[in-house]
Amino acid sequence: MPDIDASFLALPRQELAAAALQRARDLGATFAEFRLERIRSESISLRDSVLENAKDDEDLGLAVRVIHDGTWGFAAGVALTTDEAVILAEQAVNMAQVSRPINAETIELADEPTYEDASWVSSYEIDPFSVPRAEKVALLTDYSDRLLKAEGVAHVSVHVATIHECKYYANTAGTSYTQQRVRIGPDITAHAVAEDRFDSMSSVAPPAGRGWEYMTGTGWNWDEELAQIPAWLAEKMAAPAVEAGTYDVVIDPSNLWLTIHESIGHATELDRALGYEANYAGTSFATLDQLGTLKYGSPVMHVTGDRTAENGLSTVGYDDEGVAGQQWDLVKDGVLVGYQVDRRMAKKNEDVLGTPRSNGCAYADSSGHIPIQRMANVSLQPAADGPSTEELISRVKNGIFIVGDKSWSIDMQRYNFQFTGQRFYKITDGKLEGQLRDVAYQATTTDFWGSMEAVGGPQTYVLGGALNCGKAEPGQSGAVSHGCPSALFRGVRILNTTQEAGR
Amino acid sequence: MTGIQLTPQDTIERGLALAAAEGADGCVVLVAETSSTNLRWANNTLTTNGAMRGSSVTVIATVGAGEGTAAGVVGRSSVTDDSLREIVSAAITTARAAGPAEDASPLVDGTTGADWDLEPEETTVGVFEKFAPSLGESLKRATAEERRLYGFANHEVVTLYVGSSTGLRVRQALPRGYVSSTGKNTDLSHSAWVGTATRDFTDVDALALDAELTRRLGWAQRTVSVDAGRHPTILPPAAVADLMTYLFWQLDGRDAFEGRTVFSKAGGGTRLGDTLSSQPVNLHSDPAIAGLEAFAFAVARSSGGSSSVFDNGLTLAATDWIRGGKLEHLMTSRYTAGLIDAPTATPDIENYVISVDGATGSTDDLVAGLDNGLLVTCLWYIRMVDPQTLLLTGLTRDGVYLVENGEVTGAVNNFRFNESPVDLLSRFTTAGATVPSYSREWGDYFSRTATPPLLIPDFNMSSVSQAN
Repeated sequence: MPDIDASFLALPRQELAAAALQRARDLGATFAEFRLERIRSESISLRDSVLENAKDDEDLGLAVRVIHDGTWGFAAGVALTTDEAVILAEQAVNMAQVSRPINAETIELADEPTYEDASWVSSYEIDPFSVPRAEKVALLTDYSDRLLKAEGVAHVSVHVATIHECKYYANTAGTSYTQQRVRIGPDITAHAVAEDRFDSMSSVAPPAGRGWEYMTGTGWNWDEELAQIPAWLAEKMAAPAVEAGTYDVVIDPSNLWLTIHESIGHATELDRALGYEANYAGTSFATLDQLGTLKYGSPVMHVTGDRTAENGLSTVGYDDEGVAGQQWDLVKDGVLVGYQVDRRMAKKNEDVLGTPRSNGCAYADSSGHIPIQRMANVSLQPAADGPSTEELISRVKNGIFIVGDKSWSIDMQRYNFQFTGQRFYKITDGKLEGQLRDVAYQATTTDFWGSMEAVGGPQTYVLGGALNCGKAEPGQSGAVSHGCPSALFRGVRILNTTQEAGR
Repeated sequence: MTGIQLTPQDTIERGLALAAAEGADGCVVLVAETSSTNLRWANNTLTTNGAMRGSSVTVIATVGAGEGTAAGVVGRSSVTDDSLREIVSAAITTARAAGPAEDASPLVDGTTGADWDLEPEETTVGVFEKFAPSLGESLKRATAEERRLYGFANHEVVTLYVGSSTGLRVRQALPRGYVSSTGKNTDLSHSAWVGTATRDFTDVDALALDAELTRRLGWAQRTVSVDAGRHPTILPPAAVADLMTYLFWQLDGRDAFEGRTVFSKAGGGTRLGDTLSSQPVNLHSDPAIAGLEAFAFAVARSSGGSSSVFDNGLTLAATDWIRGGKLEHLMTSRYTAGLIDAPTATPDIENYVISVDGATGSTDDLVAGLDNGLLVTCLWYIRMVDPQTLLLTGLTRDGVYLVENGEVTGAVNNFRFNESPVDLLSRFTTAGATVPSYSREWGDYFSRTATPPLLIPDFNMSSVSQAN
């Protein structure tokens, strides 16, 4: 396991925290927490094998959140001095005081064990920031060249984002920890341009909680995929348009992860179910009164929340309220059985939730933002002795096999969704018959998951995910993984997107 | 972290001096000082709040690379006199390791602006001095009247300083604020939404916003189910901004030139000069538009399709993207302007105005003129389905109403739509006067818009959404 970066450890973490927390106590805060965060990010982009952009950023700052007179107060700044820490504590208390008259609800937090001077590092091998820029660009140039030289590929876009996150957290209850996480997100797309149309084909490699080793073959077979993309693109350019209608579909994990994210991940966030996101991202059909009774999907549906999955983008040792990572059920045998919660929501709803504990879903995307309830790695579990993807396809007489994600959209209560993908294969009598184009699938969440006849076995399971899930006001960006097997759905509505455009 | 916090001006002067001393051929230093404050509420009570300050420094160093020029870009927050040296050094090292930049151009010349010496401007929670009490009152009223309010108020000031080794010294402070508020009835079966952009919150009255929400919730006393299909639909300015902001972001000149967007010409090149709409519709940007002021110079912390780090500080001029229905300009850096054979560079500007020549009247006037159709107050979760047609999908939310005989007569279920804003520019049958607008979907990021209400005779509601 890599060590926590020495330059971060050298920052005056404890001194800053002590100054802030003591000042908050002196001003009457009943609870206070301090974060010092350093987020290094690098973005490398190539266009047609030419380096277009390579940017190295670092965001370093500190934040204080307090509960004062039963009201939250939050302040953030950038100067790493004890004076600044004290000022932020004062500002946070001031924010609480100013806000008190319009707060109708006393803030209380669920109890949590304390963890003193704990330490945790995510699972990766090579810190991307330890690899010389030229070496990284050379590799991506090679990947670009392989695609560009293929017949029918007009342009190639390559982008890789890497993030190295260090966090120090301390609160007035006695918890303190230092945590380091690394994540990486590649995006490689080949474009074809013909006289009358254009299209693209992207790698389906998901972002991952891995280091630079991911780009050289650990966790993803780049040689194999890059060799296939031009042919996939050529086939898509020549593919017939889908005939709109109702089909049975087999969905590959490279597409299904996003449907899980939108229709289960967000829908089982308790803050949404309680209305805290009603003005922005929306609420949820999966309301708290339906816990234990809502038939979310078919009996083969088992979905977990998990802050501990290896290489998960939402995997942590401790969340931003000092809660240790955990795993729990969200949907079991097709029934809603759990939510994602933070300490405030856990305390307020412990009677209904049946537990007095937070499951560790508080996260802020930087020191400049307040922690909010954020998504764990939400994953659909495979069947222990489940079928292969080929076996699932063999059960379909007239259907479509969907691979890779592209366009996505869902309503503000997580009912109605529409997704496209990278590749769509026609299935006839249990066999693939080449690609289709202009395909989108549209459904209502519970209808869709209710139509899931079978999930694949562990051999089909892949951990997908996203780096850029948006939530909250002011907006924050979160990274989260979703594992799933291939799965078979019966009777799904398929649209022809060209017809939808009125052409 | 040791060292002394520098003023933005000192950061730039020292940064440029360090770059010259270490052998950079050229250098640009950008300093952004930000402050923001916000209030968020839900279920008739405050939920979160904050006061944040931020500071970032971006150093762009250029060095000779073969027969060209290479650039290295490094950005950091919390910069001191000690760490500035490391940043400049890292930028030069990065530039030296890079090959010639495709978009290399001479750095922008200039002089020192008259306000260069001014300190960064700041906002504080005091900006809500008038707004917060009225918000508190509206929350109490909502509780008493069995309504629920959910919303967010944000104010920020960004002060940007740009200095270059070619003498450019420009500074600009830009305030920006907005309020977005959703109202629901007690059983949560109906929603309404209002949103507005502001520069300083002196013109925002939470009670007035609540009154408008109450009026709209009143429309929901009658509810009507409407099937999916193509319906005559009035899009108020906010909903037009929801769609047209996406169109605005697709104006990238290089992507169009390479055949990847709706603005690509079949067979090669761009659609510059093509008539996109038979209607006299205009899409215009200008950093000096009163009330929608944007940065008056180009800011690029990275090079992209049609932006270039070499263009930092380039003066932005009023630009017609679409005039009289014809595509006049695409967004270009100096490099991409040459690539697509455009006469001048037309970089991105952070505002836009859509207008229709001769159009007058308000959303209410369009409603008064409609016999039977829908009024859709805002759209949500808009994503591109097909770049070739710019087909977008998304949903209506928090306020779809039935219009009968020129009046709103009830609330209607929500829909998923599939539509192209480029097509809508041709298909609208009536437009109103252009007014400042606030996009529900993008307004928190891009709020400097002005748009007209439009009547679309056949808006494609692809399916019904159960959400309310």
